[in-house]
Amino acid sequence: MDGNMISNLIQIKEQELAARKKIVLRCCMAAGCMSLDAKGVREQLEKAVAEAGLQNEVEVRGVGCMRLCCEGPLVAADPQNTLNIKVTTKNAPSIIAALRDGKTEVSRTDPNSSFFTKQLSIVLANSGVINPERIESYIAADGYHALHEVLHEMTPREAVEALVKSGLRGRGGAGFPTGLKWGTVAKSPGAKKYVICNADEGDPGAFMDRSVLESDPHAVLEGMAIAAYAVGADQGFIYVRAEYPLAIARLQIAIKQAKQLGLLGSGIFESPFNFNVDIRIGAGAFVCGEETALMASVEGKRGTPRPRPPFPAESGLWGSPTLINNVETFANVPPIYRNGADWFAGIGTEKSKGTKVFALAGKIRNTGLIEVPMGTPLRVIVEDMGGGAPDGGKIKAIQTGGPSGGCIPAQYLDTPVDYESLGKLGSIMGSGGMIVMDDTTNMVEIARFFMEFCMDESCGKCVPCRAGTVQMHHLLNNIANRRATARDLAKLEELCDMVKHTSLCGLGQTAPNPVLSTLRFFRNEYEELLQPDPFGPPSNGEVKKQTAAMH
Amino acid sequence: MAAKTLTINGKQISAEEGATILQAAEEAGVKIPTLCHLDGVYDVGACRLCLVEVTGVPKLLPACTTKVSEGMEIKTDSEQLQKYRRLTLELLFAERNHVCAVCVANGHCELQTLAYSQGMDHVRYDYCFPKWGVDNTHRLFGMDHNRCILCTRCVRVCWHIEGAGTKNVAGRGSKAKIITDLNMPWGESGSCTNCGKCVQSCPTGALFYKGSTVAEMERDRSRLEFIVTAREKKLWVASD
Ligand SMILES: Cc1cc2nc3c(=O)[nH]c(=O)nc-3n(C[C@H](O)[C@H](O)[C@H](O)COP(=O)(O)O)c2cc1C
Ligand code: SF4
Ligand code: SF4
Ligand code: FES
Repeated sequence: MDGNMISNLIQIKEQELAARKKIVLRCCMAAGCMSLDAKGVREQLEKAVAEAGLQNEVEVRGVGCMRLCCEGPLVAADPQNTLNIKVTTKNAPSIIAALRDGKTEVSRTDPNSSFFTKQLSIVLANSGVINPERIESYIAADGYHALHEVLHEMTPREAVEALVKSGLRGRGGAGFPTGLKWGTVAKSPGAKKYVICNADEGDPGAFMDRSVLESDPHAVLEGMAIAAYAVGADQGFIYVRAEYPLAIARLQIAIKQAKQLGLLGSGIFESPFNFNVDIRIGAGAFVCGEETALMASVEGKRGTPRPRPPFPAESGLWGSPTLINNVETFANVPPIYRNGADWFAGIGTEKSKGTKVFALAGKIRNTGLIEVPMGTPLRVIVEDMGGGAPDGGKIKAIQTGGPSGGCIPAQYLDTPVDYESLGKLGSIMGSGGMIVMDDTTNMVEIARFFMEFCMDESCGKCVPCRAGTVQMHHLLNNIANRRATARDLAKLEELCDMVKHTSLCGLGQTAPNPVLSTLRFFRNEYEELLQPDPFGPPSNGEVKKQTAAMH
Repeated sequence: MAAKTLTINGKQISAEEGATILQAAEEAGVKIPTLCHLDGVYDVGACRLCLVEVTGVPKLLPACTTKVSEGMEIKTDSEQLQKYRRLTLELLFAERNHVCAVCVANGHCELQTLAYSQGMDHVRYDYCFPKWGVDNTHRLFGMDHNRCILCTRCVRVCWHIEGAGTKNVAGRGSKAKIITDLNMPWGESGSCTNCGKCVQSCPTGALFYKGSTVAEMERDRSRLEFIVTAREKKLWVASD
């Protein structure tokens, strides 16, 4: 059997589908549920199946994230369409018993509730469905077909054009048009080019990229391979943060399996296209997610940003043109080629296409992973899907974009989530963290929390960020502790403006955002804490001007 | 090499292709304040004092790392830029312990000189008063971390002019620190060649010759320039 043929893929798919059993129990094997002994649950299920003599009818399948992380460990049953929640090793066997008589001790949740039905899965289509540790499972879901098609039916140029047409924008934070980036790398002269997948996911509370890697690693590999063909690269790196051991393990398995089937390596699908992928483990700093710092880190240097231009697309890894995209961005790629650019461009809003995955957290009933079409109103996410604040609390604000983002007050709940609308409210889409806050939340506290994060994570290279975050944090501390005056607030605002406009990289440039956005909508909370000012107005550079004016 | 024409503060000038805004400005007699820049070593764009406005670019650009292009309109002295420069200096003075009156570099310090020239007459932020130590273990030189502004000039001269690779940065944020070798006392460093280039490069009183006392620490940059010229232009000339 030739390892490079499409017929091989089709054969694997057919074998996989033919071997499918009548009943499939899908057990979540992503980090959230794993931390609650999902592995033990799975073992108990397998044991119960064997004891009941149902091996030929029931498949117990380890799958990726099934979204409703707050209710884990989760076990879904097909075709019964039931979703068992908070399964324990003790009560797991009763799920098998229920297959016979429908009776079970295990709590269930409604798989047809808004939390699930309002989702649109593109990036997460395989998540919670396929076994991420078996490439056959991915191939059965039409995996690697898009790569084959691109290699045989498209020139690299056509591949770039298709992506431009899809309207996909980077999911790593800034929303840069992905097709444009690919086109730039493709056009940059250079014999050697690189593709990097940014899996450093450092925003506090964010776990979208981790879930994608744990649930569907092959989608990312296939996306990278298509990208490499389009831009003319033959080497890829996945930069994963060290705190994601499960994601790293699954990626290692995935790379090995793809190599064995000839889907990575030399002469992929009997074409002249070669592509290898290596994993690089993150150096443990938030700033290593910034693209120029990340590349320095891959090169084995200290992970600090450098001024751009030159952009990585012209001069990246070891001076070669380099394409760097986020995990979710790459995961969008295979479906775009499988279903066509027009299909993708038909989803979402005019300027924000497709879907976005959010990690829903904070003061909300349903926490977990959601994927919704761009343009979905915040209210649908928070109230319909999230179920509102628990214990009858009132939602006060929604934080998006992590330490680079802002707080959107409840009166703007009807805002659609897209890059532009969130930007207008002084927040950003960011990578997908979404933290819901209820009326017990103190906004000055929130600003202080994020400023502390930026202060601790500043790389220390440039002065505004290194020293400015320290001073802003100090001022926020004083305000929170009722030791500050209106003059201090003015100093804080002045510093916010300065750090935003003078810092070298995105970390410093966006560090003031949580302060600026809470000041914009909740200024009263700051002012209530201020003390009377015994001195005059601020002065720096003023004295000189005044004396000059006197002469 | 092709020449580019551009304007700086309304004045039309020409510059060599590939030159930085800083080089072009210097040639045209326009002074842009710098702190991390040092002639002869590559630039890192870290101090942010040289930021300039370029028409049509929404972000401020560091003059030391940005290359000139045809028709560029550059502004180096707007109210906004001057204010940012004063704020940057204020932040530096508040960050570590810059007590000029008892500093070896008093009167010969670039940080101090910039504060004067940029009109930074007050530090309104609370001084951090960190407890940094002094490394006096080296036979010839000393390093006072309290006066270091992390410009990394010493690191760059050590790696790229001397080629010793002794100096490095460790830690991050406000805890970042210049170290020797693997964070050992300077005197125990196996790679330091005792060349003193780092001392020559330092803009403040952080690096000094042992035995210098208040206001005595002067630098002779022509020593660095000599080597750089020799290497780049193969010319063995000293600029007296
Ligand atoms: C401080 C900082 C941290 C970042 N962290 C990440 C990260 O963890 N993951 C990521 O994909 N992008 C991160 N980015 C954005 C990257 O620099 C880069 O823009 C992104 O990887 C590009 O991919 P995209 O075009 O697919 O969004 C970070 C940026 C900054 C300034
Ligand atoms: S903005 Fe902060 S993180 Fe970025 S280079 Fe400057 S100090 Fe480092
Ligand atoms: S020791 Fe001097 S040259 Fe080195 S980083 Fe500190 S201030 Fe700059
Ligand atoms: S001299 Fe340009 S940033 Fe320091």
